[in-house]
Amino acid sequence: MKPFRYERPSTVREAVALVEDDPGAVYVAGGTNLFDHLKLGIVDSRLLVDVTGLSLDSVDVLPGGGLRMGATVRNADLAAHPEVREHYPVVSQALLAGASPQLRNMATLAGNLMQRTRCPYFLNVETRCNKRDPGSGCAAAEGHTEHNAVLGASESCAAVHPSDLAVALCAVDATVCVRGRAGTRRIPVTSLYRLPGKHPERDTVLGHGELITAVELPALPMAARSRYRKVGDRASFTFALVSVAVAVDTDGDRIRDARIVFGGLATKPWRATRAEAVLRGAPATADRFAAAAFEELSAARTTPANAYRVPLARDTLIATLSDLCEER
Amino acid sequence: MVMGLSMALCEEGVIDQTYGHFHTRDLAAYHVATFADAPEIEAVCVDEEDFHTSPMGSKGVGEIGIVGTAAAIANAVHHATGHRIRSLPLSVRRLMDAEAPGNGT
Repeated sequence: MKPFRYERPSTVREAVALVEDDPGAVYVAGGTNLFDHLKLGIVDSRLLVDVTGLSLDSVDVLPGGGLRMGATVRNADLAAHPEVREHYPVVSQALLAGASPQLRNMATLAGNLMQRTRCPYFLNVETRCNKRDPGSGCAAAEGHTEHNAVLGASESCAAVHPSDLAVALCAVDATVCVRGRAGTRRIPVTSLYRLPGKHPERDTVLGHGELITAVELPALPMAARSRYRKVGDRASFTFALVSVAVAVDTDGDRIRDARIVFGGLATKPWRATRAEAVLRGAPATADRFAAAAFEELSAARTTPANAYRVPLARDTLIATLSDLCEER
Repeated sequence: MVMGLSMALCEEGVIDQTYGHFHTRDLAAYHVATFADAPEIEAVCVDEEDFHTSPMGSKGVGEIGIVGTAAAIANAVHHATGHRIRSLPLSVRRLMDAEAPGNGT
């Protein structure tokens, strides 16, 4: 085992200073992803800065509606929170669709957002991977391509973004609150993740040492009618082959507004703005749902091994929209 | 029975044809059925001695009991979808590939 230092500061200011001062430092909360990476040799961190002593573990209703969720709220607690369940069911459902009960008891909100891809070539240090070892090449491009992204991939990387929660948060216009030494900033969660391009080693737009302190959900009445649907190879404890987070607002048989985000398909949570545009103002019919899916998914680039993801995403979206529109 | 269900629906050792290593190299990639996959199960003891299978007259309750499980589930999939899938596991991918135009059975 390689030795590393461990600190558990009690203020955000101290935590940020510790990590910003040391390029080999990393934040840790539940550790459910990071500890695996340390053991597998994927990361080689000298300093672990534990953020669970920073009192970032409350969920508060914002004045005027909306919710502020602390970065270290455990996934299990957030999924069970009455405000989340009532006003943002898609968020609760996405949390419960991920991992296992034991992991959800440890894993935190911000840790979930910062988890890294489960691309098997990223996880296998014996193979080339531009995300793990920049410039080394992408073994996944010529390997077993079944789990490669069909949207948002580049020549450097086709690693799928793994989070279920991030998909749901993109559907409800969540904002990530970030603290760095230079101050605070607020980032829409849809802008948090990067497409891999030529630099797949950078998953997000955060700089080294920037710390997520909270995630805010706006007051969004349509989010009360929302759903997360995940298709996987078993009933729990697996990553999505395809998932979809959907919220709809209808006026009789017509769709006033829709939010659609795909998971499991792309290199980041995939907000389906083209599909949303097709649905806005349209009748809530299966034909329109199919047209919306086609509009978004026609950009997919597939191999024979992962081509099935596209019709699977289409069918999952149509079924989820149909279910939601029937509920009034 | 859960072992048989897991064989029918989940378990698959995949070898990477390009690099020669196991693609399913740990229990995160090699799926076995979870508690959530298992339906309610009723176990029934067969009340007979069978000296053909063992000198004690007993029958096994492990692999012996799963011989028919995968076939039964494959039949159920055929009944539900019209697709006769002849290789295991009966994964989402195999079902979607069977649905693809030109691949129908």
